[in-house]
Amino acid sequence: MATAVGTLSHTEDRSRIWEWMTTVDHKKIAALYGVTGFIFFLIGGIEATLVRTQLAVPNGNVIDADLFNQLFTTHALTMIFLAIMPMGASFFNYLIPLQIGARDVAFPRLNALGYWTYLTGAVMLTSSFFLGGAPNGGWFAYAPLTSLEYAAGKNLDFYTVSLLILGVSSLMGSLNFAVTIINMRAPGMTMMRLPVYMWMTLVVSFLLILSLPIITVALVQLYFDRNFGTNFFTPDTGGDPILWQHIFWLFGHPEVYVLILPSMGIVSEVLPVMSRKPLFGYSAIVFAGAAIGVLGFAVWSHHMFTTGLGTVPQIVFSASTMAIGIPTGIKIFNWLGTMYGGNIRFTTATYFSVAFIFLFTIGGISGVMHASPAVDGQHQDSYFVVAHIHYVLFGGAIMGIFSGIFYWFPKMTGRFLNETSGKWTFWLLFVGMNLTFFPMHFLGLAGMPRRIYTYDEGLGWETWNLVATIGVYVIVVGVSVFIVNFFRTMRQPQTAGDNPWDAATLEWATSSPPPEHNFDVVPEVHDRDPLWYNRDHGIAPAAKPEHLHIHLPPPSYMPLIVAMGVALLGIGGLSHVAVAVLGMAVVVYGIWGWALEPTE
Amino acid sequence: MAAAAHDAGHQTSLGVDNRKLLMWIFLASECLFFGTLISTYLIFKGQSLVGPFPGDILDIPLTSTSTFVLLMSSVTMVLAVYGAQHGRLGLMRGMLVGTILLGTTFLGFQVYEFRHFGHVGLNLGTNQFGATFFLMTGFHGVHVGVGVLYLTSLLLGSMRRSGLGKERALWVDTAGLYWHFVDVVWIVIFTIVYLIPE
Repeated sequence: MATAVGTLSHTEDRSRIWEWMTTVDHKKIAALYGVTGFIFFLIGGIEATLVRTQLAVPNGNVIDADLFNQLFTTHALTMIFLAIMPMGASFFNYLIPLQIGARDVAFPRLNALGYWTYLTGAVMLTSSFFLGGAPNGGWFAYAPLTSLEYAAGKNLDFYTVSLLILGVSSLMGSLNFAVTIINMRAPGMTMMRLPVYMWMTLVVSFLLILSLPIITVALVQLYFDRNFGTNFFTPDTGGDPILWQHIFWLFGHPEVYVLILPSMGIVSEVLPVMSRKPLFGYSAIVFAGAAIGVLGFAVWSHHMFTTGLGTVPQIVFSASTMAIGIPTGIKIFNWLGTMYGGNIRFTTATYFSVAFIFLFTIGGISGVMHASPAVDGQHQDSYFVVAHIHYVLFGGAIMGIFSGIFYWFPKMTGRFLNETSGKWTFWLLFVGMNLTFFPMHFLGLAGMPRRIYTYDEGLGWETWNLVATIGVYVIVVGVSVFIVNFFRTMRQPQTAGDNPWDAATLEWATSSPPPEHNFDVVPEVHDRDPLWYNRDHGIAPAAKPEHLHIHLPPPSYMPLIVAMGVALLGIGGLSHVAVAVLGMAVVVYGIWGWALEPTE
Repeated sequence: MAAAAHDAGHQTSLGVDNRKLLMWIFLASECLFFGTLISTYLIFKGQSLVGPFPGDILDIPLTSTSTFVLLMSSVTMVLAVYGAQHGRLGLMRGMLVGTILLGTTFLGFQVYEFRHFGHVGLNLGTNQFGATFFLMTGFHGVHVGVGVLYLTSLLLGSMRRSGLGKERALWVDTAGLYWHFVDVVWIVIFTIVYLIPE
């Protein structure tokens, strides 16, 4: 390793913390994403628990209206941008190189920068609670509620600045993932031999690459409205509040698929292995995933049926929304077909995957109900919509993530999570989430609006609100059981072995946990299920070469410097322009240092 | 970048270098970025309640000149890439200098135009034209500025004793992709703002 700007030579001297701060290893960055994402999942959960505690009984007075607005807004922002997306990025990071048979992602340092930028944005968004108030306009921040006239504090500026930073982070991650999957596949790994999870990752990456710039513009426009006197979304000089909704949802709906497609990919990996038969209808699932991605850009106005779009747009967006039900249905039947006739192992991962299908179908069906403008008019802004999105995001995305955690934990750590405890987690989460969110269907149909901080008695909402709040505490217990399971498991010896599930994809061809260079010999792929092909054709794994000459990129602190520059830019955007200029200088310095850093 | 360059790097799945592919996909993202800015401009076209209106203050001959300057910078950029690919370092450096100067000249025109508009009373908050015009052309200007910085970095890098290394052609070629993209965006903006009447 050459000693020069940014590179580190004395491997043995540097401390553990410094090692993590300068790492460019995709597995370590995955761990950083995963742990940070889970911590923010807990923070978002605390916010939700406070919200539900306030709503448990009529005229509750646990928190006041202003804090309630901040909590439900940051709950959504935290769960979407700081928890589910980063946990997705964690799996992407870990699995992309392993599943396609590569040594690392295409741009290891860019990968590190993505994480540090994410942490910057996450800390900034959460710190707003202690710096004058968190965003309080709902996660979709409808104009003109966000104008200076109605939101004078810094709350909404924290919203725009931190989301811009998080957007930059996601964009860097997505570009990196897309290039890696397209360009760094092992010999024989054609596109139609990619694991379904890789396909879903690729679709998600392109969704983000094409939708993040849209929200970036909207956030900049909102920032300008609030700080430089423009009127994009305030009607004073001809601005248009509805334009915000259009631009926001043009990003926001693809974003929904960004959250759910990774979990669909996880289920498509877990079910064939646990059913001990190949995935049913591989190409149908792949094309359905791509179709969902494409259609995702053509349905945004179904969030806006009550804004007075006119008949023709309503019909068009109603039809395009219903059309998305078709590829989604294809996937659901393919998963059922995968399990049908299989010799199923009922592990915790299987439980979560099967629950995913069931709960996601409920959320999907209430979604198709919203596709009808007439029905949607009744549901708009009611708890029915809250029920729908939580069936999709908790019942869908989170259940899938838990399935993935239990499935890949042996690969990542060499240890099995405790199955008994895991099934407790499963049942607590499953029962808890249904207790919490199913009653919200009834509440919504009974007319309870979302985002009200309290309600009077005698409206017929008492029972179901109390049930929903009890459900949240069941979820809290379930998550706690998981955390205990995690820490107890980490103290166990590493006994999992290379391929404990007898799985088919390449990540199981290396040791658990994998060495820093992933594979001693880059595998050659002959089939869609490479390890099953090798097993059935008696192909032994390639012998470990006597001398490994594998060059790995050296650690670098340049990503950290660039991320600090981005942080200063953000702080400058919230305080004084001089700080932003300093931040810009740090970014330029970091990029120059980056470019001049020897990587050979 | 290193892992890529080393392992699969010399032989990627598509045969395109990772960094060049990254730039192509990034430019796809940029299309949506400018697409949103341009759409906003079009949505608010003719929606200004008070003047100055575009017809009052746009100076078409002046901006045509700056547009010509920017288009010429694409020619010098192509020649710089040619020089880099064929090992003609003098040509490459000269053409990089030319591209940087033309880009800076374009920015000078833009600064003049912005200041002039400010003097005649068009600011960000004046009307919808001001807001959309300044945001769209301003972001384009920022992209030209980043491009100038990018090319200047390459120029300085090529002056070092080690030059730009054996991947010189790739570096300059990738920068060229960015530069041409920013040029093409300006052609669209120029047509929409200056050439199509209200």
